[in-house]
Amino acid sequence: MKPLVIGDKKFESRLFLGTGKFGSATHMEEAVLASGSELVTVALKRVDFAKDTDSLLSHLNHSHINLLPNTSGARNAKEAVFAAQLAREAMETNWLKLEIHPDPKYLLPDPIETLKATEELAKLGFIILPYMHADPVLCRRLEDAGTSAVMPLGAPIGSNKGLKTQDFLEIIIEQSRVPVIVDAGIGAPSHAALAMEMGADAVLVNTAIAVAGNPVLMAESFKEAVIAGRKAFESQLAGSVSIASASSPLTSFLYD
Amino acid sequence: MTTFKSLFEQYHWDSIQQKIQHVTAAEVQHSLSKRKRTIDDFLILISPAATPFLEEMAAMSKELTQKRFGRTIQMYVPMYLSNECQNICTYCGFSLDNKLKRKTLNDADILKEAEAIKQAGFEHVLLVTGEANYTVNINYFLNAISLLKAKFANISVEVQPLSTEEYQALHTAGVHAVLVYQETYHRQVYKQYHPKGKKSNFDFRLETPDRIGKAGIHKIGLGVLLGLEDWRTDSFFTALHLDYLQKKYWQSRYSVSFPRLRPAEGIIEPNFIMDDKDMLQLICAYRIWNEDLEVSVSTRENEKFRDNIIHLGATSMSAGSRTNPGGYSVAPESLEQFETSDERSAEEVAEKIRAAGYEPVWKDWDKIYTS
Repeated sequence: MKPLVIGDKKFESRLFLGTGKFGSATHMEEAVLASGSELVTVALKRVDFAKDTDSLLSHLNHSHINLLPNTSGARNAKEAVFAAQLAREAMETNWLKLEIHPDPKYLLPDPIETLKATEELAKLGFIILPYMHADPVLCRRLEDAGTSAVMPLGAPIGSNKGLKTQDFLEIIIEQSRVPVIVDAGIGAPSHAALAMEMGADAVLVNTAIAVAGNPVLMAESFKEAVIAGRKAFESQLAGSVSIASASSPLTSFLYD
Repeated sequence: MTTFKSLFEQYHWDSIQQKIQHVTAAEVQHSLSKRKRTIDDFLILISPAATPFLEEMAAMSKELTQKRFGRTIQMYVPMYLSNECQNICTYCGFSLDNKLKRKTLNDADILKEAEAIKQAGFEHVLLVTGEANYTVNINYFLNAISLLKAKFANISVEVQPLSTEEYQALHTAGVHAVLVYQETYHRQVYKQYHPKGKKSNFDFRLETPDRIGKAGIHKIGLGVLLGLEDWRTDSFFTALHLDYLQKKYWQSRYSVSFPRLRPAEGIIEPNFIMDDKDMLQLICAYRIWNEDLEVSVSTRENEKFRDNIIHLGATSMSAGSRTNPGGYSVAPESLEQFETSDERSAEEVAEKIRAAGYEPVWKDWDKIYTS
């Protein structure tokens, strides 16, 4: 399998994890380790920087795990940029999952504020991974603004509904010049496998693992599903190869 | 500005009460099977006809809460700043006609109380007062918040209704949430329980959440005092209010609390008894109707109920609460607003939450978002 490159980092695993919603920090750590993930996102608002050993961060202290702070809680670009700067200082990383959802009900991303924040944060030298709608035009605008990846949603966050936006995700994958990470809505390993088969560069999963009866086993199954989906994509899944074909019954008369 | 009042006036207490009583089992089954639910479904789910479906409702509530909030419980603690009050509320220990010693915390008291609360592990604090507008007013609140802002990740207030401008000032000062309870949506009954003081103005209180929403406060908390009137009808109006606010002030989050009338110094007995089964039905109905509503369960509730509600719909819990100003360190003997039922320490409650397979979350906000 080809490694995934985002910014200056190379990832063997194409499964990214969220760290919220787990029943305990220990369960979260066990699931993260079982998933093989090398990039996990942590809500800045959950981290207690005043404490020497924050319960979340101390459980993510493994050399292969990179932290991706997120701005969950920000309602506009201004708040997100503040939060990003705090995260960069406190967590010593310029990587950022940009989340701006002014709507606390479905936590849907604000495209206007997200674009604004991406423009500003790119100038400040951040590696930005913005959570966004599966909007191909917005993806291009974010690329122009200097994003390092795009994170379109498969379905409303936490809904476990799968790839409801599949047609738009396909367009994004086709057009994108930066890695495409399908975020939100992935509720089952089969959803993750489908995203990977379609050619997504990675997927981010949280609720489906955190809320599973056995989070560790579920993390393992997502790991395997992502590998299977990626291998299928790299081996040129039948159906994804639409032009070349060995026999040409319709046109062979030309060469008789 | 149009407010909830104009919607509220289109409804009549008696006809809603009748409607709730006449719900059928078939309607309950239909509501439970729907993909999306409305306020009409909430009415159905709190009806007596839904009571036989409680086990099914509890299972749905558990699943929906886990999906949206995970296996977590947000921890918070109240800090009573003052028990001075110019209102007569016949159920409340702070009522003006209760001739007991009054106390309002000064700066040194506030800091000392804050230390005691921090020691217990809290990062989310709820500031509570009575209504004494000459002494415990917006200036007092802003001062208290400036003292506490550096110490806590999240500050909420539960004080007398204020003006939009005053709520804006609280928002700017870093207040995350404002809680204001209507007590009862029954206009005439409200008048009987609140005969004197500014609080006797039903409409001013009714329109308060609109002013909070307009000020851009991040979270708005509603509730009624369960025991004053028929809990089903009062809860329908609470849900109607939440539904209205959630659509209009869509950038705010919402929470609901379930204060059941508790014994307090010099108060009357509740008119309507609500038992644990009713309470569970109400919490499940809220969750099934409204998946993202925060459900707060205070120490008014007993240990057994609280231990079981952890995985049935609750999203935040207070613990080790004192309902008197200075109760944690400065003046442990001062007058309490009401007797708490669950008297376990914060750590004991946190341990129970962990034992249930849930994580007690101490910090889930950052000052950076309210600056």
